[in-house]
Amino acid sequence: MAKAFQKPKALFDVPTHYCPGCTHGVIHRLVAETIDELGVRGRTVGIAPVGCAVLAYNYIDCDFQEAAHGRAPAMATGVKRVRPDLMVFTYQGDGDLASIGMGEIIHAANRGEKFTTIFVNNAVYGMTGGQMAPTTMPDQRTTTCPAGRQTNDVGMPIRVAELLSALVTPAYITRQTVIKPKFIKRTKKAIKQAFTYQMEKRCFSLVEVVSTCPTNWGMTPIQSIKWAEEALLPYYPLGDLKTPETDEK
Amino acid sequence: MAKVLMKGNEAIAEAAIRAGCLNYFAYPITPQSEVAEYLCWRMPEVNGVFLQGESEVAVAYMIFGAAAAGARVFTTSSSPGISLMSEGISYLAGAQCPAVFVNIMRGGPGLGGILPSQADYLQATKGIGHGDCRMLVMAPATVQEAAEMVMKAFPLAEKYRNPVMILGDGLIGQMMEPVEFPDDLKSEPTNKDEWATNGMDHRKSKTRNLVRSLFLDPVVLNNNNLVLKEKYEKMKDEILFESYNTEKDYRILIVSYGTMSRVCRTAVDMLADEGIHVGLIRPQTLFPFPEEAICKAVTSSGCKLVLSIEMSMGQMLEDVQRSVLGACPVEWYGKCGGEVPTPEEIIDLIKARMASL
Repeated sequence: MAKAFQKPKALFDVPTHYCPGCTHGVIHRLVAETIDELGVRGRTVGIAPVGCAVLAYNYIDCDFQEAAHGRAPAMATGVKRVRPDLMVFTYQGDGDLASIGMGEIIHAANRGEKFTTIFVNNAVYGMTGGQMAPTTMPDQRTTTCPAGRQTNDVGMPIRVAELLSALVTPAYITRQTVIKPKFIKRTKKAIKQAFTYQMEKRCFSLVEVVSTCPTNWGMTPIQSIKWAEEALLPYYPLGDLKTPETDEK
Repeated sequence: MAKVLMKGNEAIAEAAIRAGCLNYFAYPITPQSEVAEYLCWRMPEVNGVFLQGESEVAVAYMIFGAAAAGARVFTTSSSPGISLMSEGISYLAGAQCPAVFVNIMRGGPGLGGILPSQADYLQATKGIGHGDCRMLVMAPATVQEAAEMVMKAFPLAEKYRNPVMILGDGLIGQMMEPVEFPDDLKSEPTNKDEWATNGMDHRKSKTRNLVRSLFLDPVVLNNNNLVLKEKYEKMKDEILFESYNTEKDYRILIVSYGTMSRVCRTAVDMLADEGIHVGLIRPQTLFPFPEEAICKAVTSSGCKLVLSIEMSMGQMLEDVQRSVLGACPVEWYGKCGGEVPTPEEIIDLIKARMASL
């Protein structure tokens, strides 16, 4: 009898360094399942960010490059331009992509680079210990805004998916989350769609995944899921923001 | 191949293609933008990659990504642009990936000016990036030499799995000279199976590769730095220099490189016509530095004074000083605003210093 559920081949069978309640593990698995299902592990190159997921290569079994903070889209551009036959994905957090790497992601998206970005947004810097990110919510407390984010001082959180969708170049831009099983299924579908667009050499693709950081939010995993649902999702609504099909109409 | 008259920047661009490098990423900056203007049409002719990046910061990582994928790749820039690329150069060195960077220097600091200078000597040879990061630096004095050095740079970068820099001043990039591209300098990329991330299906081993510079374990990081140190020391095998007029006895030795060395050479010739003999050592590699050659040129003659003549405020002086091992004084002369000192200025300086020796 065939196994109905098993560990993806592209995922190492090891415990992760991620905190309890962190969703990186789930997202890693979805990427690994996609790589397996498309049969592209042998020609996939991942670009690891700076942040908690810098060690993604310890869990996802394919070629990996390790970028400087924010520069993964530039590295992915370099790989994809010289080796268009490879499948390339960047895996970046919100400090990495939306702050120091905003220039690189906008220009890569605007050039229509044929790689995929998995953008994990948990509204805080994780690895450096819970500092304010461009995606931190108004009044959300972090170690560099202990009284909560003051929007009159540092502005409103950036909606990356909306911002990139404003570019005229065709792209697949979607926002998903993994805080509940039904959302996990949709995120998986979105990641697979993004990789498929890349395989077809159609367009740049970015899957924003609204995520949790119980440790730096100062919450239990269950409280984190509740807060993500109540505080993050209304500001970061789920769904496809842009597809190459809508652009072609 | 017949000689052609070419601008230095264009010769550098063509030399890279002749060396087998078909991938170029860059951002415009004076005085080297002609490289990109040449390669934007020339690369497509040879089915190569040309991409104008959004910044020098991004370009350095496009280079890193392409190099890490096993491609032969290069970029060109000028002083402020190289500052922005220096972060990426450190990552390339840390992850042991080969690439070629050309710096056509302009005056600084800050925006400085757009005229020729040699003011990035210390940056190139001592401080190209954070961490224990060094790279081989070659300094051409003619357009022909610039082309040849670019062609040699790729196999050297691959041999050492480290970035290599061609350090030219603005004049090297801007002037036109006859140039001949040697066919025998074309080389093939080395076997990258052991480290390149080009998809594991494309390698015999079928095991994955990681390109990384993060080593959280202090022992592992120290070991990586020892590997790098050993490579930097091994680079001494590549030391190149030219001696001029050193067979006669001389009381003054000039050390000078790039365009500045050509002016010094003219001054040496003009002084020789008057019966005054001055030696000249022209370092062609700045890192590693030809310290033994300079030491020998000082100790094997009646040399009483060494002059480090540069288009910078004495950035090479300390390297020359440590080379002569205290055998005689070392002084600096130079300008760094975009003017190139004339042969007459050098002659006046040498006559004045001769009188007081």
